[in-house]
Amino acid sequence: MTRMASFPLLSRVLHWFMAVMILAMLFIGLFMASSVGPNYHRLVTLHRPLGIAILVLAILRLGNRLRSSIPPIPNDLPRLLRRAATASHILLYGLMIALPLVGWGMLSAGGFPIPLWGQSVLLPPILPHNPVLWSWLRFAHSILAFVLFGLVLAHIGAALFHGLIRRDGVLRTMV
Amino acid sequence: MLQKPTRPAMLALRWLGVGAGPTALALAFLWAGGCFSPARVTQNRLMGELHNAGSYGHGFRRAHAKGVCVSGWFDASGDAAHLSQAAVFHEQHVPVIGRFALAVGQPYMPDSGTTVRSMALRFMPPDAQEWRTGMNDPPVLPLRDARDVSDFFASQQIDPATGKPSPARTKAFGLTHPWLKSAAEKNAHRFISSGFADDTFHSLDSFVLVAADGTKTAVRWTMIPMQPVKPGDGKTGDHDYLFRTLIGDIHERPLQWHLVMTLADAHDVINDPSQIWALNDQTIDAGTLTLNSIESEDGGPCTGITFDPLVLPPGIQPSDDPILQVRSAAYMRSFSLRSGEKRSPSAVTPNLIQTYESKKS
Ligand code: HEM
Ligand code: HEM
Repeated sequence: MTRMASFPLLSRVLHWFMAVMILAMLFIGLFMASSVGPNYHRLVTLHRPLGIAILVLAILRLGNRLRSSIPPIPNDLPRLLRRAATASHILLYGLMIALPLVGWGMLSAGGFPIPLWGQSVLLPPILPHNPVLWSWLRFAHSILAFVLFGLVLAHIGAALFHGLIRRDGVLRTMV
Repeated sequence: MLQKPTRPAMLALRWLGVGAGPTALALAFLWAGGCFSPARVTQNRLMGELHNAGSYGHGFRRAHAKGVCVSGWFDASGDAAHLSQAAVFHEQHVPVIGRFALAVGQPYMPDSGTTVRSMALRFMPPDAQEWRTGMNDPPVLPLRDARDVSDFFASQQIDPATGKPSPARTKAFGLTHPWLKSAAEKNAHRFISSGFADDTFHSLDSFVLVAADGTKTAVRWTMIPMQPVKPGDGKTGDHDYLFRTLIGDIHERPLQWHLVMTLADAHDVINDPSQIWALNDQTIDAGTLTLNSIESEDGGPCTGITFDPLVLPPGIQPSDDPILQVRSAAYMRSFSLRSGEKRSPSAVTPNLIQTYESKKS
């Protein structure tokens, strides 16, 4: 088995830290949006700061990704799969940034105050108050979240494919 | 790059491994969304039950659909300032936007004296966080938790034969929910005033006031009219008579209410709005609400927001009353559904209000 260079330590730490956060957020979001209590309010209150933390980390991570050199996708992978890998990685970055922005934007458009921490630290609105926009963005937040979840599943499947079937060392570059 | 050929059985096992991870997560995801918990009360389920109970939809609120926007201000008396750091209890002339409504899902329903009436308010101190509250006129809420709410709406499902909820289902709900009996009876025998202007509105749910030093006090509140109170005469006027009267009243003179806080004593139940509090609880007059202007919902300032009872400023916190969370979740869902729908004119049109303005001048 050829030994590939790993991702830099910072990249790996960010990757696993955010993986946990994003999975947690997907579950919290889905659970709270299909419940009316008794934990509804607590979960919504957790959902906002966690989402904003993902936004901040995703931007830092994108910066880090563009600056560091990373192991290439193996050459012997069929072209189509290589393309799919690259595209899915771009999409993952896009959603990690877009989803929290849509969440923040939709509450702004809905005219809600947006508590970030406790009751007194609020996020400023990033969009004007516009109920139609609120409705669309609320819908988009669900759709984008489901797309992100689908991508995460495919990503995990692909990682396991590299690790268990191809055993080409790709999985090892990130652990 | 496969170095040694793998035995087919081993390979199958590995492929199983590749599939198992994502499948397990997908199943967990479905679980979180409630797919395996048919008994869970979800937001969609409540919206469906409201729909089956005759809620009209089409851009209108799923409940309290027939309403009108009002505005004015709130002057704190200062008497509640030691209980809560919220700006509303300290400041004068805090701008307020509000909404009076009938607590039904049908925006074109003829007014009737016995329909529950509501007052919703959004206090907007210029330099502090806003506060939203919705209040109804019956003295107690005959519902205890999410399950009661769902069972109740389900029991109000419209019978296609009569176009009304079936009395048998309503009765069955009463029989299967004996713990709500005393609250339901209290509401059935409540005093009914002549209209919106002389009505008393209750928070029903409990909240917690937080003082500057962190002291917490559980409260419920009530808006008590300063207008003379007349009993409803049982006669119903024209289709919109309650709203017409309100428009006339507000054009005659600003309407005022005292915001009265009732402080829980040791025996009062905080987490159950179907329990009445002791009659000798301490009360505090927190200030005066003045409403001096009225507008149609069409283009009015109360349409594009929802009066979510959990939009609270520092100094007011939710209690562990489960109905508060049911309301917060349901109002958000109702608000996102209606905001994306095309909506026809409200029953209380700008024209209707205009006629009173021209009469006045
Ligand atoms: C990576 C970040 C985020 C993820 C993965 C995420 C995920 C989700 C998911 C899966 C849902 C449920 C959708 C549905 O079933 O309809 C949801 C709902 C929601 N999210 Fe997010 N979200 C994120 C960020 C945010 C942020 C930053 C905010 C606000 C500042 C936010 C506010 C909301 C709200 C208000 C709801 C609706 C709750 C309800 O309907 O009761 N989200 N989110
Ligand atoms: C018991 C469970 C309850 C449910 C499921 C429920 C549901 C709803 C819904 C869906 C709306 C429309 C929200 C919107 O589209 O913006 C609404 C409005 C309203 N509700 Fe409730 N409600 C409940 C209890 C109460 C209680 C206990 C009160 C009063 C103490 C109350 C007062 C109001 C008021 C004043 C409005 C009008 C607010 C507005 O104009 O947006 N509700 N309710």
